[in-house]
Amino acid sequence: MVVEVCVGSSCHLKGSYEVIELFKARIAKDKLEDKIDLKGTFCLGKCGIAGVSIRVDEQIITGVTPGNFDEVFDTYILSKVA
Amino acid sequence: MEIKFDTSVQELKYKVLKEIAKGLFNDTLLEEYNEIPQRISPGPKSTMRCCIYKERAIVLERMKLALGGNKNIDNVVEVIRIACDECPLGGYEVTNRCRGCIAHRCQKECHRDAIRFDEVTRTAVIDKTKCVNCGMCAKACQYNAIQNYLRPCVQACKVKAISMDEDHAAKIDDEKCVQCGACVYQCPFGAIMDKSMMKEAIDILKDSDYSKKYPVYAIVAPSISSQYKGVQLGQVVTALKNLGFQDVVEAALGADMVAYAEAKELEEKGFLTSSCCPTFVSFIKKNFPTLTDKISHNLSPMATIAKWIKEHHPECKIMFIGPCIAKKQEIKDERVAPYVDVTLTFEELQAMIDAKGIDIDSLEESPLDNASYYGRIFARAGGLTDAVKEALAEQSSTFPAKPISVDGLDNCRLALIKARTGKIDFNFIEGMGCVGGCIGGPACLTHEPRDKADIDAYGKLSKEQTIQDSIKYYE
Repeated sequence: MVVEVCVGSSCHLKGSYEVIELFKARIAKDKLEDKIDLKGTFCLGKCGIAGVSIRVDEQIITGVTPGNFDEVFDTYILSKVA
Repeated sequence: MEIKFDTSVQELKYKVLKEIAKGLFNDTLLEEYNEIPQRISPGPKSTMRCCIYKERAIVLERMKLALGGNKNIDNVVEVIRIACDECPLGGYEVTNRCRGCIAHRCQKECHRDAIRFDEVTRTAVIDKTKCVNCGMCAKACQYNAIQNYLRPCVQACKVKAISMDEDHAAKIDDEKCVQCGACVYQCPFGAIMDKSMMKEAIDILKDSDYSKKYPVYAIVAPSISSQYKGVQLGQVVTALKNLGFQDVVEAALGADMVAYAEAKELEEKGFLTSSCCPTFVSFIKKNFPTLTDKISHNLSPMATIAKWIKEHHPECKIMFIGPCIAKKQEIKDERVAPYVDVTLTFEELQAMIDAKGIDIDSLEESPLDNASYYGRIFARAGGLTDAVKEALAEQSSTFPAKPISVDGLDNCRLALIKARTGKIDFNFIEGMGCVGGCIGGPACLTHEPRDKADIDAYGKLSKEQTIQDSIKYYE
């Protein structure tokens, strides 16, 4: 599975680097290195919304923050790779 | 937004670019083509040339260059022959400041026996058939009465690539030209122009349905922060998105990557010249071939960030927008061509924004933040040197870096001559073809003393404080 985190200007300022760190930690914790390909991407076109945009395979998920990260991970990612 | 240009030549060029861009965006170019010269030179009286017909004929030539110019000439800089005013060649001439003194130092210094004295006025006269323009007489004269009259294009060209053709029009030796663009900016008649890729740019934007079918990315040179004085940079970013770009990315992020890699390369090799400025790179290859292997192997910041984007979005198109004419040549290089599709200048961008009727003043701001302070200051001379020093420090390197920063081709030449001898007290040359670095670029809308301060101020606004923080997720 390809997970892309937006590192465009808007998401960068809203904390995409923190979200990437959370992804790295979670992938390591759940030992999913072989299943998840974590990448950066530029703007996904959802700048107006609070939080960081990510793309899981072809689906764009907006509003990711450190606060809802685990919930997002469980719903959109873990359920599909586990 | 009121646009301020340094000269009326730039304004004229802008008007032509804007008309062409308008025609391309609206698919009306074919119908309007023959009307454009009249729109720009309405007449009935001429304002720039001997007659209104010549004025319009020259506009037509500018339009050809705005559409890409002569495809048979690889050089992106071209002479508009009929626009060349065939300025007098002159060379050294005696002015009326000559007082007819009795010392005759000018004559004694002349090794060609080219100076005699008028019997009536007793002033010096140069015999042009003997004079070789060595300038010794001018140096000898205590009244500075002997002046060197060079054509502005010849004076601007630091690689001696400009001469005259049989009809006295300027001629560029493409083998010598390094595309610095100084002649384009300096010619008072606007007779030398860079070829535009606006047609390719607008074709891509339209073909992508303005980034709906596939993303089109704009990579902007860090000098953009000194270009738009009346509006916020964030508004310019919105204007770019309104033009149809998916996203705007700072070339400064590529600069961060380059600084980091170049610091490592410097430590490995012990001596290095920078590879950011395409004019400087070309200048070394053409004039100091023995130093070619000292040129950093890193791609330029533009190409480095473009490579990253293309690898992550293979379907995308990428355009670079900057102050630089040489970047148009750089993207023809086989190492760069796969990554950058089009180079535009700030002049051309402005023409495209205005052709689309986008009013920058009325736009909301969009964020632009991809790079660190160090990447952003690449826009001015000395910035790359600061960044490489910082990168070495961040890598906890103990390598004794002794960088020098040279800008303008005359200064570049001096540093390279020293480097060729090997007896040097520096081990890194930051070379910038334009005086002041990229903020002195020939396709900047304006050149002002405060540009450098603007660059530094914008650099300090970066979210990421170090180069490492800026690039750590871009491996």
